[in-house]
Amino acid sequence: MEKVSEIDNIVHIGNKETDFKEDTLTIKEKSVDTEYDETEIKCNEIAQKEECQSAHEASFLKMALKKVKGNIERMFDKNLTDLVRGIRNNKENEAKYISQCMEDIKQELRQDNLSVKSNAVAKLTYLQMLGYDISWAGFNIIEVMSSSKFTLKRIGYLAASQSFHCDSELLMLTTNMIRKELNSQNQYEAGLALTSLSCYISTDLARDLSNDILTLLSSTKPYTRKKAVLMMYKVFLKYPEALRPAFPRLKEKLEDPDPGVQSAAVNVVCELARKNPKNYLSLAPVFFKLMTTSTNNWMLIKIIKLFGALTPLEPRLGKKLIEPLTNLIHSISSGMPNHAASIQLCVQKLRILIEDSDQNLKYLGLLAMSKILKTHPKSVQAHKDLILQCLEDKDESIRLRALDLLYGMVSKKNLMEIVKKLMVHMDKAEGTIYRDELLSKIILICSQNNYQFITNFEWYITVLVELAQMEFGSKQGHVIGAQLMDVCIRVQAIRCFAVAEMAQLLDVYTATSQFTIMQEVLELKAPERTLESMLKYKVLPQHIESVFIQNIIKIFAFVMEKHELNEQYDDILRLCDLVIEKMSESVQSGELEVQERASTSLIIIKIVQEEILAKKAVGNTIIMDVDDPLESKPIVNPKETIAAELLTLFSGELNPVAPKAQKKVPVPEGLDLDAWINEPLEESDSDSEPEMTENLFVKSDKFRSDRYQPEPTEDELKKGSLAHSGAIAWSVTRLQTGPSTTPRDLSREARKYEQENNPHYLKGSNSTENSNGNGNEGTENIPVAELNLNAPLKVVGQKRSDKYLSINANKKKSKKKGKKKKRRSERYSSDENVDQGPTVEIKQVMELPEGATLSDSESDHAHKDDHIEHWILISI
Amino acid sequence: MQFMLLFSRQGKLRLQKWYVAHPDKLKKKITRELITTILARKPKMCSFLEWRDLKIVYKRYASLYFCCAIEQEDNELLTLEVIHRYVELLDKYFGSVCELDIIFNFEKAYFILDELLLGGEIQETSKKNVLKAIAAQDLLQE
Repeated sequence: MEKVSEIDNIVHIGNKETDFKEDTLTIKEKSVDTEYDETEIKCNEIAQKEECQSAHEASFLKMALKKVKGNIERMFDKNLTDLVRGIRNNKENEAKYISQCMEDIKQELRQDNLSVKSNAVAKLTYLQMLGYDISWAGFNIIEVMSSSKFTLKRIGYLAASQSFHCDSELLMLTTNMIRKELNSQNQYEAGLALTSLSCYISTDLARDLSNDILTLLSSTKPYTRKKAVLMMYKVFLKYPEALRPAFPRLKEKLEDPDPGVQSAAVNVVCELARKNPKNYLSLAPVFFKLMTTSTNNWMLIKIIKLFGALTPLEPRLGKKLIEPLTNLIHSISSGMPNHAASIQLCVQKLRILIEDSDQNLKYLGLLAMSKILKTHPKSVQAHKDLILQCLEDKDESIRLRALDLLYGMVSKKNLMEIVKKLMVHMDKAEGTIYRDELLSKIILICSQNNYQFITNFEWYITVLVELAQMEFGSKQGHVIGAQLMDVCIRVQAIRCFAVAEMAQLLDVYTATSQFTIMQEVLELKAPERTLESMLKYKVLPQHIESVFIQNIIKIFAFVMEKHELNEQYDDILRLCDLVIEKMSESVQSGELEVQERASTSLIIIKIVQEEILAKKAVGNTIIMDVDDPLESKPIVNPKETIAAELLTLFSGELNPVAPKAQKKVPVPEGLDLDAWINEPLEESDSDSEPEMTENLFVKSDKFRSDRYQPEPTEDELKKGSLAHSGAIAWSVTRLQTGPSTTPRDLSREARKYEQENNPHYLKGSNSTENSNGNGNEGTENIPVAELNLNAPLKVVGQKRSDKYLSINANKKKSKKKGKKKKRRSERYSSDENVDQGPTVEIKQVMELPEGATLSDSESDHAHKDDHIEHWILISI
Repeated sequence: MQFMLLFSRQGKLRLQKWYVAHPDKLKKKITRELITTILARKPKMCSFLEWRDLKIVYKRYASLYFCCAIEQEDNELLTLEVIHRYVELLDKYFGSVCELDIIFNFEKAYFILDELLLGGEIQETSKKNVLKAIAAQDLLQE
């Protein structure tokens, strides 16, 4: 080999002097670096000793030695092949071997010799492919790129295209070098630079080099022209301003004699047109000509694709295209039909594709069909049987495509079968994305057009329940839950059945996310058994727990009513204890929402407990004088159960509300929606709900005094407009129906003793009083950094309870009630005096005169039934 | 085209060409995921699949998987043709190519790919021209 022969040469030279031979041998054997100096000295000595050797020969010797040293070193270097072989041989200790190789590479990179460096870079490229990071070698790569030898340059550019990143700072160093390459005489060098550049071109590089690339467009060599054309596309992507001056040149290339350049130009224009079809409409005739005359299939495909992008803009173009396209379709099977005018032909051809045994064609046929489905569903429906068949295919991709098509295929009759089949699939497809797809598809299919295709809702609920029982990711559980909610709310008749199902589910599963929504449904009916299973829950995610607590109270109220009527106070007390125990645990929960609800529920239950005890006591003794004002315990008319009061919390129908309902509420005159009322303190006010606003709105129109009209309504509107999404709306509705709508008497009593204990409570102060006024005193004392969530918790329901309570207040003769009434009127008077407090709105709510109904807002809603997303509680 | 990967049946990467800039970590992640997904597919399944927001077109030649990621608007069958064209070029150049050829001469494989595709787009559809260019460049190297 070369290296050995060189050494031989040196040895021959040295043969003149016998000592020399030995020296060269020692060079070989000993470590090269340390020996180098010694041998050099020795050589000098020899040279001096032997007078016959001229200075020239001496220097020649030195050079030879240097070369020897270098070659010997390099002899021990690994080249690329060795590296690959080594890695393959060292499969078990690959990491160690590779780190050792890296060390060698780093050593090599420190050498001055460019070919050594390029060897190292080549090895680095290989390692990069295996997955090792080589970004530290950026400088070295650039060095190799700058070499004048083509081989080395090639290696450098390859490494660059593999590892350089368009955001790398190193790129600045390359600009001039690449420019030099682009202008070089050798077309391959220019090509090399272009190819490499395409992988990491950045905006700066694009800007700097666009002119150079543009000049290359007119190069004499088609090879270069072709590469330059394609490169322009990349340049345009990064630096769009280059497009304008370059465009005419690009157009010329469409007519280039060389087919390679031509098709490259077609390619570029096609891709550009995809982004912005309008600009390229003028080129349509050119492409038309190309399409009809060219036989290059690759180019034809691109042209057809281009027309696909252009035809939506130019309908006449479509008509013109039908003929050549149909010819093409008949003659070659190239590209997919994408023009609406030839739908029938397309669908026919697609059917043939789908029936083909080749999976690829099947897939593409289905894909195209689904695209057509969007515009022409009827024509696709004819092939229902074929699609259903595809559902059974073993190939998952095909099944997915067929699923997409199903949307347009269902009808009343086959819906059940289809869904059944899909469920079977789901059983088989554990833990894949396919399953999630299936689920969302099922729900989508079933719910389309307001459940147009479902004849038996009971069946549907059972399906949903079964779905819920399968294991899904948490996201999907939410979907199912939402769907359940939707169905139950819209389909009154099915509620009993649904509730029974939910109760069963609860028993079995207590910790899955689907059930948050179920609880909402359970508000209507629930047996005692459900209450107990609900109380068994241990740990739930925060939002579920809060809903749970909410619903525990609801159910408790129902159960209590039943018991109370039968005077089974012991049962009630037992339940009370259970609930209190559970709530006490929840009060310590880390979640804010849970804590709040738990504490309010706790207070409610405790109060109820007291009352029940009292009632029980009263029942056991002789009834005292009912009208005695000194009597501290409330005597409740036996017909009026405490439960009934609790139940007022939860009475009301759920009706869907149109999302535009808020906007459609008429703005009263003299109201400037944009003027600020107060300084925008209360961010928490933004949580209020639209429907509440509407109600207020309507009322304010009719009943409110002028003084208060502008301010709260504006504020409500602000709040309302801020909280437009349905999700917030109904969840806040939930919030409202919760603790805030505590019956007045219970909350007042509780508040009284809370206030006495609260050192911060300032009697007569508006803010605390008002914010407390909603009955959330329990929360005030909890040492939690709480926002004034109290603010939005005024409610539709509150007005109802206002109504009921005022009726109650009239009926009941307890002193407490009288006291509260006085307090209420006190507060009203104090309210009247306060204008500018930040909680003005709240007071307004409480101040509403009795008899204010929501009937007006109801009528508003009844008319807006499309896109129903919001829910509103209206009085029965 | 966004990227092309070649990998063996054991999941070892033989070639990767990226036409979009991604940070290294992301590239590795994508590669890993894609390789596992494709290797999990049975032989009779169709060559196209949806992955994230890209379409993946792959074909198996002997023990090597050629896998390309294209955008939603790109044509799948066309990509299959590109893959086939590439394999034909490799075959012509190496003379009956096998995986070992690609392993030991990976830089040549890259050079051929660079002549076939530029920036993710088809550069030269004529096999003759591509091979001519490669030959000329090889000559320069000597």
